[in-house]
Parts: sequence; structure tokens; C-alpha cells
Amino acid sequence: MTWVNVVVQGLLLGGLYALFAAGLTLMFGVMRLVNLAHGDLSIVAAFVALAIVDAVPVNPLWTLLVVVPLLFGVGYLLQRGLLNFTLRGNDPLPPVLVTFGLSIILQNLLLEVFSADSQGLDAGRIENASIRLSDRLAVGWFPLLTLVTAVGVLVGLQLVLSRTRLGRSFRAVSDDPEAAGLVGLDHRHVFAMATAIALATVAVAGLFLGVRTTFAPSVGPTRLIFGFEAVIIGGLGSIWGTLAGGLVLGVAQTLGAQLSPGWGVLAGHLVFLAVLAFRPTGLLGRAVPA
Amino acid sequence: MLLEVDRVASFYGDFQALFEVSLEVAEGETVAVIGANGAGKSTLLRTVVGLQDRATGTVSFDGRPLEGIPTHRRLGLGIAMVPEGRRIFPSLTVEENLKVGAVRDRPGRWDVGSVLALFPALADKRDRPGTLLSGGEQQMLAIGRALMANPRLLLLDEVSLGLAPLVVRRIYETLPEVTAAGATVVLVEQDVGQALAGADRVYCLLEGRVALQGRAADLTREQITDAYFGLRGPG
Amino acid sequence: MTEGSGEPQGGAPVNQAVALRVQRATLPSRIGLGVGLAAVVVLALGPLWALDSVLRTLISVFTLLALAQMWNLLAGYAGLVSIGQQAYVGLGAYGLLLFADTVGLPLLASVLAAAVVGTLVAVPTALLAFRLRGGYFAIGTWVIAEVYRLVVTNVSQLGGGSGLTLRAASTVNRTTRLYLTYELALVVGVGAVVVTYLLLRRRLGLALTAIRDSEQSAQSLGVPVFRTKFAVYLVAAFGCSLAGAVIYLNLLRVQPEAAFSVNWTAFMIFIVVIGGVGTIEGPIIGTIVFFALQETLSGYGAWYLVLLGAVAVLVTVVARRGLWGLAADRTGWSLFPVQRRLEERW
Repeated sequence: MTWVNVVVQGLLLGGLYALFAAGLTLMFGVMRLVNLAHGDLSIVAAFVALAIVDAVPVNPLWTLLVVVPLLFGVGYLLQRGLLNFTLRGNDPLPPVLVTFGLSIILQNLLLEVFSADSQGLDAGRIENASIRLSDRLAVGWFPLLTLVTAVGVLVGLQLVLSRTRLGRSFRAVSDDPEAAGLVGLDHRHVFAMATAIALATVAVAGLFLGVRTTFAPSVGPTRLIFGFEAVIIGGLGSIWGTLAGGLVLGVAQTLGAQLSPGWGVLAGHLVFLAVLAFRPTGLLGRAVPA
Repeated sequence: MLLEVDRVASFYGDFQALFEVSLEVAEGETVAVIGANGAGKSTLLRTVVGLQDRATGTVSFDGRPLEGIPTHRRLGLGIAMVPEGRRIFPSLTVEENLKVGAVRDRPGRWDVGSVLALFPALADKRDRPGTLLSGGEQQMLAIGRALMANPRLLLLDEVSLGLAPLVVRRIYETLPEVTAAGATVVLVEQDVGQALAGADRVYCLLEGRVALQGRAADLTREQITDAYFGLRGPG
Repeated sequence: MTEGSGEPQGGAPVNQAVALRVQRATLPSRIGLGVGLAAVVVLALGPLWALDSVLRTLISVFTLLALAQMWNLLAGYAGLVSIGQQAYVGLGAYGLLLFADTVGLPLLASVLAAAVVGTLVAVPTALLAFRLRGGYFAIGTWVIAEVYRLVVTNVSQLGGGSGLTLRAASTVNRTTRLYLTYELALVVGVGAVVVTYLLLRRRLGLALTAIRDSEQSAQSLGVPVFRTKFAVYLVAAFGCSLAGAVIYLNLLRVQPEAAFSVNWTAFMIFIVVIGGVGTIEGPIIGTIVFFALQETLSGYGAWYLVLLGAVAVLVTVVARRGLWGLAADRTGWSLFPVQRRLEERW
């Protein structure tokens, strides 16, 4: 495998990480909430897709039509019904505790319902087909589709934030919830919309991850960590930063894995720690008020 | 009466800021609430708009008690406040700050175009981040943002705070146009002269109670000074 | 709260000074102290009256109590919500292996040395982790714990993925080792409670309360915020490493997946949240509840953890100050009084 090929594979993986991390960035940007159950929710999405595919033999990608709206609704209800109550006051503890508790609940529920076995979503021919770009460089259809989807979703998110009324609401509520109330914004609803959109993106990410790799109930936290690293490497408070961070992480992991199979994940961790040590605001980030 | 405040007491935690304050505003009037720092003027406005955690008594708008109605829905009813300190959204441009004021889509004459016509100083800065303006321009933007909701009742909290007298005067010069369009205005002011010049009636608060009320034209300087500083007690 | 602070009593003149003193102990706390001391003595005599299996359970109870107190110190008092304390449990375990098997120190010394090593590792860890805040700090600590786990897993001398067994343990008679570990665990558990209490009584306690209420205000008043948080983090690292070493002195088999498992932190969090964050009595109550639940629900597999998670979520949202908070609100008791009152001096 040439180094160019490795980097390209890394970028394709990184796109998926960026897609996964987008929801984290959105939730943190709008309401300063770090959702520790983010990874587990992507696993839930994959299991729902699996259940549908077991009942109705279709290509897993079709399940997006069900899973995305489902997680959108779950996100809205979760924020409105539970997480909003943890955001009252400036205590950092309740949101961490509740989302961590949620993570434990989801992992173990999935364990009881589905067993601990690794599962995979089979996307059929599209998974293995590849495009030949040159004699030494082949790019898989599916990873390319993933990258395109990831960039598309991120661009869409950025457009929502900058051009739409909802995006203005997000930014206003994030700046000053009380003043936002004065202009007629119900921050409980705006927060819930942010989580709804975040979980919708997690559904897409979870599905694509489920096709690309295997998944199991206990894998959520690992994904959360990758998403978090992508956010920090890229820089807090920036969707483009999350894209950059995801790409860097993907490349770091694949380069590391080239050197030695067990070192891929560790290489990513080391890059993350290096960014934290030498450039804490991230590659593209602005300092976020504590 | 468009606004009726009936024996309202308002608290910040255990600290009581307002004691049995009563006040009324007829539609179309401009009423000024004056008083020294800490007299409870801003607390009164916050109570009307629903931001106080704990308040007793009744606030009625157009005959309808507002108890239990959250702040964002009061905006929908037609009550808009320009808060103390402007509180412009830093992540939004000037134009976006105005647009976000119209979130409730209330019909009326105020839109981005007419607001920028009222405050021409903002027109060529529409794409600038909202907080990258001078104090006076931010105040205009805050007022414009509130106008975008086409309110029936406009509450102005300490518009003159931190601004040069010339700027303050220019802002107050736009007020007649606002009321001519039909808005009822309650303004809280430390600048007594400006308050009296612009208002039909005046309430003076002292340590959380109404110390003096009456038509602006009827009150003497001496009466106001006494009430303002509490030199001879209320009434 | 202050009695006789210059107000006239009877016909006494206004400016007659009244002697005051700063007092901390209350009647419930004095009773609590008595009961506590008695309990510690009874527990210390454990080997005389308890079955081996009971002693083993108590070792788990004491070490988990120590872990919970440390997490409580970090999150409840210093506002540092860490999901990475399992790093120190693992470091304590591997430190024990290193010093007892490789270096050849006696068991007790190995345990202490392991705790020191954990504390040393905490220094660069804190410097990195403190660059993050709130929820991101939480995940950051988790990532760092994962890094330690991966490093250990990839080092074959430390047993790699399948782990190592503590060989030095076989040099001591089994019953003696059990009793030794038990007494050590009791010291660690009680010690964690006592040390936390003593720390909070001093200026550190006031500093922490100030930081917890408002970091910016505390800083502007001259409270050395960074140094204080750093010191607390090191204390917690020491405590967790010490507890980790004792835990594995009992369990003997050290595997990276288990020693560095985030479940350690999950248990700490559960105990502290249920018992009451930010109180010293809370983790004690929480540990009891935790073990009671564990005994009754052990047959239900993963549902047990679902229930733990659900209860923790519920308590956080509904009764933020936990079981002890509910009790203290009603009775006004404080068994470990860290608040100071002004009392007249007789």
C-alpha cells in the first residue's frame, strides 16, 4: 500500500469521524452540553437498522428513511424531557452525570436485548466495489459515498446555522438565553431542536459506521472518544474545525495502523494529546468561554 | 388600561426589591419610571416581562393576567423589552439581530427596512457583528430589535446608560415616531430631565415603593427631588 | 447565627464586647464521632468474628468507599468531574505488580510505592487535562485513561492484553495475606474519609467552596485556583492508586481491560450521586446502598447496571443532593461538620 493510498484511506475514515462528531459540536455550540451518550446513540441507530433489515430484507441504506426521523424525534424528546432539566443553573455536574448514566443504560439495555455479539450491516455490492483512480490508487465506492455524505451533512449544518431562522435562533440562544427569551425564543424548544438535529446526524453516522465496521453494545464509548478527539483537534465551536479534526484523526489512525496494527488508535490519541499540549484551541478553533 | 401592575412584590432570592408597587399605563401613553440606583426600576420591568423568579401580585396586559405566561410568549402577546445593557447577540450581525427580533412574526409597520430608515446609522453596518458597534449604535440596534416584534407595549430599560448626552438625545428624538405608530411606551430612566421631557406621566420609585406619581407637566422639581432621594418620605 | 453580637442583652450597654469562639462540632456530630469510632474498632477486629467471605466483601466495600470519597473530593468539592479515575486504579494495580514482583519490595511497601507512582503520573496528566473544561474535561480524563490502558496493553513485559498475576502474594500465608489486606483496606477506607474531612476543615476547604461557587470570583479574591485544583487532583490520584493497589492485592489477577475499566468510575459516580455529592457522609451512605443493591440484584445481569444508571439519572434530576442531602435538609445534621459557626464563649 503506498503512502498516498494510506492517506486517502485515512481521509475517507476521517470523513466518517467528522460526520459523527458534528452532532457533538452542535450540541456543545448551542447549549454547552457534552453528550456522553453520543456514541451509544449511534450504536442504537445501527441496531434499529439491523432490526429493520432482519424483518424486511432491504439494503441497510434504505433504513435511513426510518432511523433518521426516529432519532430526530428521540433527540427532541430527550432534550425536552430530560436534558433541559440538567441545564438549569451553572453546575457542570448534572449534564455529565445524566448523559453518562444514559450511556450506561443504553449499553446495558442493548446488551440484554441483542447480546454482546459483534454485528454488521451488509450493504451488498456497493460495499466492495471500487473506483480505480490510477494504477496504485483505488478508492472504494462506499467510503467515497461516506465522505461525500459527511461533507454534505456538514455543509448542510453550516448552512442551517448561518442562513436560516433556526440557525439564528441557535446562535441567539447560545449567546444569551435570557435575551433570547425577550425576543420570543423558547430556549427549551430551541435546545430540543439542536439535539434533534444532532441525533439525526448521529443516525446517519451510526448507519455508515455499522456498514463500514462491526458494532456491538459496548463500542459506543470508543466512538465517543474518537468524536471528541476530532472536535478538540479541529477546535471547539467550529463545524469546519470538526471536519478538519476528523480528517486529521482518520489519517493519524491509518498511518499509525500502517506502522503496526495495534497502534492505529494509539496514534490518534497521541495526536490528540499533542494538540491539547501545544495548541489547545485546536487547528481551526476560537477560544470558547468557559 | 393596557398595562396594570397591581400590588406587585418582587424578589431576588431572599432579597425583596419591590414592595406592593402598583402602576397603570393606558394605551398610547408614554410613562416614565424614575428613581435612584437600586430603587427597583429595572426589577419592575423584569417583572412585567416575566423574568423574575419570584413575584407576587398581578400584572395584567389588556385586561388579561400574565401569571404563568413565560417571557417568550409575552412577546407574542405584544410586550417587548429593550433590556438594560442592550444585550445584543454577539454571534449575529446587525441585520440578523433585527431579524431575530421578528421571530414571532407579529404584523405591523416595523421590518428591517423601516427600522433601518428610523436608524440610518445602522444601515451601512448591517453585515457587521452586532457588538462591533458604538454604544449608541448598539442601543439603537436593541431598540430596533424590539420594534421588529411590532409590540403594543415597548419597555425601555435605562436607554441612556453609558451614553453621551448627545447620543441619548438623538435616540429619544426617534421616540415620537415609535409612539406615532401606535406603541405604548414605559421607559425607565436615571436621566430625569430626558424622562420628563418624553413622558406623559411619571412614577418615581424609592427603595422598592412608589414615592410619587403624576402627570409630568404637573410635578415640580422639588417634589421630584424629594421623592427621588427620599428626603421627606413617600407621598 | 451569631448570638450576642453586640446587641443589648437586658440592660447591658451596646458596646460591651461579647467573647465569641469559632465552633465546628455539633451534638449530632459528636454522637456520630462516637458511633463511628466504635464501628471502626469493631471492624478492625473483623478477623476475629467474620467469615473469610465476609472479609473479602468488606475489602471491596472499604476500597470502593475510598474511591468514592476521592471522586467526591474532585467533583463535589473541586468541581473537577473526572471520568478517568480508573487510570489510577490501573496504575495502582500495575505499580503493585512492578514493585512487588519485579523490584521485590515487601507487599506493604509496594502498595505505597504504587500510590506514589500514580501520583507522579497525575502531574503531567493534570497539566494536560486542565486545559479542558466541564464536559470536555470529563471526556479528556477518560481518553487519557484509555491511553494508559493501551500503552500497558502494548507492553509485553506487563503481560500485554491477558495481564499478569501477583506472584509475590504466594510468599505469604493465605490467611495472613487476607487479614493483612483487610486491615490495609480498612485503613485506606477510613483514611480516605478522615483525610477528606481534615482537608476540608483547613483553608483548602474554604478555597474549594469558593471555587465551586464561582471560580472567577474566587480568583479575584486571591484564591490560588489552579494550585488548589491541582493539589486536589493529586490527592485524589494518590487515593485512587492506593485503593487500586489494595483492590488487586486482594484480587491478584491484573488485566488491563478490567483494571482500567471505566466501570470503576461508573461505580464511584453511582455511589457519590446516590449518597450525596459534595458531602462527606454521602459516599458512606452510597457505598452501603451500592453493596445492598449488588447483593440483591446480582442475578439479573445487565439489568442491574441499567437500574444503577437509571437511579443515578433520577437522583441527579430530582434529588440533586442525594440521600444524605435529603436527610440533612430535614434534620440539619452534619456528622462531619466542616462549616464554622460563631458561638458565645462561656
